Amino acid sequence: MTESLAPHFKQPLLKTPFHERARALSQLDSFIPWAGYTTVDVFTTMEQEYFAIRNATTLYDLTPMVKYRVAGPDALPYLNRLVTRDIAKLKADRVTYCVWCNDAGHLIDDGTIFRMGEGEYRICTAERRLDWLLDSAIGFDIEIGEVTEQVAALAVQGPTSCAVLKAAGLRGIDKLKPFEIGYFALGTHRLTVSRTGFTGDLGYELWMEPEAAEAVWDALMEAGRSRGIRAVGSQALNVARIEAGFLLPNVDFVSAEHTIRTGRDRSPLELGLGWLVDFNKGHFTGRRALLTERAQGSRRQLVGLDVGGNKPAHNSLLYADDSGKRYIGSITSATWSPTCKRNIALAMVDAPHFRIGSTVWAEIYLNRELVWERRMSRAQVVERPFFAPDRRRATPPAEF
Amino acid sequence: MAVAGAPSRYDCIVIGGGHNGLVCAATLARGGRSVLVLEAGAQVGGAALTREFAPGFRVSAGAHLLHLMPAQLLRELQLGAHGLEWAAEGMPTTALLAGGAPLTLSDEGAASGLSAADSQAYSLYKMRMRRFAAALAPVLSRVPPRLGTGDWADRLALLRIGWQVRKLGRRDMRELLRIGGMNVFDLLEENFDSAALKGALGFDAILGANFGPRSPGTVLTLLYRLAAECAAGDLGLSQPKGGMGALCNALAKAASAAGAMIRTGAPVASILVEGDCAAGVTLESGERISARCVVSSADPKTTFLRLLGPRHLDAGFVRRVNHIRSRGLAAKLHLALNRAPSFSGVSEANLCGRLLIAPSLQHIEHAYNHAKYGEFSAAPVMEITVPTVNDPTLAPPGQHVLSAIVQYAPYALKDGWQSGRSRFMDTALDALERLAPGIRGCLVGAELLTPHDMEQEFRINGGHWHHGDLAFDQFLMVRPVPGAAQYRTPLEGLFLCGAGCHPGGGVMGIAGRNAAQQVLKMSSKSP
Repeated sequence: MTESLAPHFKQPLLKTPFHERARALSQLDSFIPWAGYTTVDVFTTMEQEYFAIRNATTLYDLTPMVKYRVAGPDALPYLNRLVTRDIAKLKADRVTYCVWCNDAGHLIDDGTIFRMGEGEYRICTAERRLDWLLDSAIGFDIEIGEVTEQVAALAVQGPTSCAVLKAAGLRGIDKLKPFEIGYFALGTHRLTVSRTGFTGDLGYELWMEPEAAEAVWDALMEAGRSRGIRAVGSQALNVARIEAGFLLPNVDFVSAEHTIRTGRDRSPLELGLGWLVDFNKGHFTGRRALLTERAQGSRRQLVGLDVGGNKPAHNSLLYADDSGKRYIGSITSATWSPTCKRNIALAMVDAPHFRIGSTVWAEIYLNRELVWERRMSRAQVVERPFFAPDRRRATPPAEF
Repeated sequence: MAVAGAPSRYDCIVIGGGHNGLVCAATLARGGRSVLVLEAGAQVGGAALTREFAPGFRVSAGAHLLHLMPAQLLRELQLGAHGLEWAAEGMPTTALLAGGAPLTLSDEGAASGLSAADSQAYSLYKMRMRRFAAALAPVLSRVPPRLGTGDWADRLALLRIGWQVRKLGRRDMRELLRIGGMNVFDLLEENFDSAALKGALGFDAILGANFGPRSPGTVLTLLYRLAAECAAGDLGLSQPKGGMGALCNALAKAASAAGAMIRTGAPVASILVEGDCAAGVTLESGERISARCVVSSADPKTTFLRLLGPRHLDAGFVRRVNHIRSRGLAAKLHLALNRAPSFSGVSEANLCGRLLIAPSLQHIEHAYNHAKYGEFSAAPVMEITVPTVNDPTLAPPGQHVLSAIVQYAPYALKDGWQSGRSRFMDTALDALERLAPGIRGCLVGAELLTPHDMEQEFRINGGHWHHGDLAFDQFLMVRPVPGAAQYRTPLEGLFLCGAGCHPGGGVMGIAGRNAAQQVLKMSSKSP
């Protein structure tokens, strides 16, 4: 019996195959639920972990990432009808970032698609969407199954990550290009490695059988000892992903399947993901609605903001001027970027203020020893990502 | 093989030569479009056709009574001039009762054999339901509004529906709103004592539907039928001379006279799509025919899931289409008889009408209970006609045809129709034998069409002759599904015109006409 079939009333949150290792390293006992699993929010301090992402190597347990196996003669047409990108262009052993929409052209979710073999793909996404995937399968000769529990996943991210993997014995890992999938052995264990990640830095994601999880963790920790390896939690990753300009579901957008109020759904064009939409590949769900939106222009758009001052503009409302009278949007993610030394944010901004270079005003509340102060900070719409080092694409990566 | 003299590209291709397809084609042709009708069968008619079922015996193989086609439509298309004649009009309804005198309801609302109290209640009930039907009738004839568009025409259409109801006056409006969500069992229980009367009146609420009299919303389905009759100008139960096929033959002549081309034996394999627009069809023979628009009278599941294919549609839309409740529950029984059947207590005059086996609401409900579990009842309900009484041409001289709709025959019979067929036939014959002793002895031929057979013969997914249940959640602006309820579909240039659209099944033709009007409005003529 797999763990998920165990009575859930006794164990509402599952443990990942890395759980024992993570618990041993956790100094704060700070665990949070993610997709039915308990995962680490912070091991030691967020800052320490963040700097490990940008300066050394980090391990992040992404087993709870929901994984679906899609296989069958119609797998390609199925995926091409499901997502907005042209999957026909996805070569064997490659990964692509995608979004999928409902009929109205509003985002249901984003995720990555792995082309694993002939007529076989894997979809990785943050939340379970089997109902939508099955509905989309009506009329297609494919099989879909969730394989989340069959696959343990570990993100190995940071500038020294290639060196660590090489030291652990992954021969030829340095030849793996961004978004490429490679197959390696670590001791007796087989690893599928993709050069992907959520940090915007050099990094890899390792996919393995759950039985291999602890051995792989131990081997990497050992190999990375001299290269500053460290386990990181979700908080540190969140700062890194904002710097990289990546979106987080339920933070930067809410799935159209979950919104209740009208006007809360977001299209890929609104989320600044128009580059993922291929109108020329044939029909896909939401295409007709997105064509209409493209013709009429989006009413709002998700943009990057460079905010004045050093106080993160968490949840701030945005205004057209500093009088704070004309509301034009709000901030979805905000952080002080330790690497860029900038106060950055992602925000949903109404037309026409979302143009690059526009000035908007963020209303920031500061708690000064229990006395709240309100500050209007000038913010400028800027290009995303905020941080995109060349090393994330360099092949082979630098030696350390 | 292309027809000589045919244009290389038509303005419109109409898939299916049933009554809706033909009405649509005739209307389009009269609107100046070049039209090609593609019928899969050897003759036009779809589920409204007359064909032989035993040597020398012919029957309306699908629908066997005409009462819903608007008189205006019949006039507009000059069906009289194109050969439509009536064998019978204003046919009475007789409720057959085992071991008792049958109850006859005339089309005008008179009833014989009722207590004084029931008689009075019946005429009041009949008048009230007529008023309600008259209020709802205009809703049926029009294109239903879209919801949530903010478009003024849609809002106006919605307001008009509300106004129709408000116009009834305070008392009637309250009564309509009170009974609108009820089940027909409770409504009739409130009004009458006679079990036979209740059975006969309740029968019309469940005929051809996936309901028993106690199912929620059955008052609405009854009102819907009455409103459709009202919209038809109170044609009354009628029988075309030569069976229902004669109606479609007249429609085909009207369409041809207006310039439409009709090809039979031309089953469509798929709808062609070019540049995200419907561009024609491919026949099963492999022949491609191009057109500026395609209008399908096939049921929505067949049209969208088989002919067009999900990959040209959004997933949410496909999900909705896939969930249309369209499993047939009615079987058709055809008997060839060497003499007129004699139903105990039924006079020669009433044999010309329709006969019901629905002796009480409980009887119907029990019959339905079995169907819920994929079985059929030993005591089915039936609508019977003996068309040869009015139209002797359907059988050899002196011999007769009996045509009956038998419920409930679940599409997904638990034991399968392979073995269920002969048992079902026996059950139906036993039920007839009880009311018409000796009928088995006069049999010279018989045919049973299960929902599976109808699916095959009439090419209707699920074998549901309304192309989907007529129920509250499949009415009006949600018929067949939101996004295709105004005869347009998400694919530019593809339209629906069949019974799966508003206002639905029954030989009405309104869907065909409304669809044609939408097409005329939205698409241009060839230059």
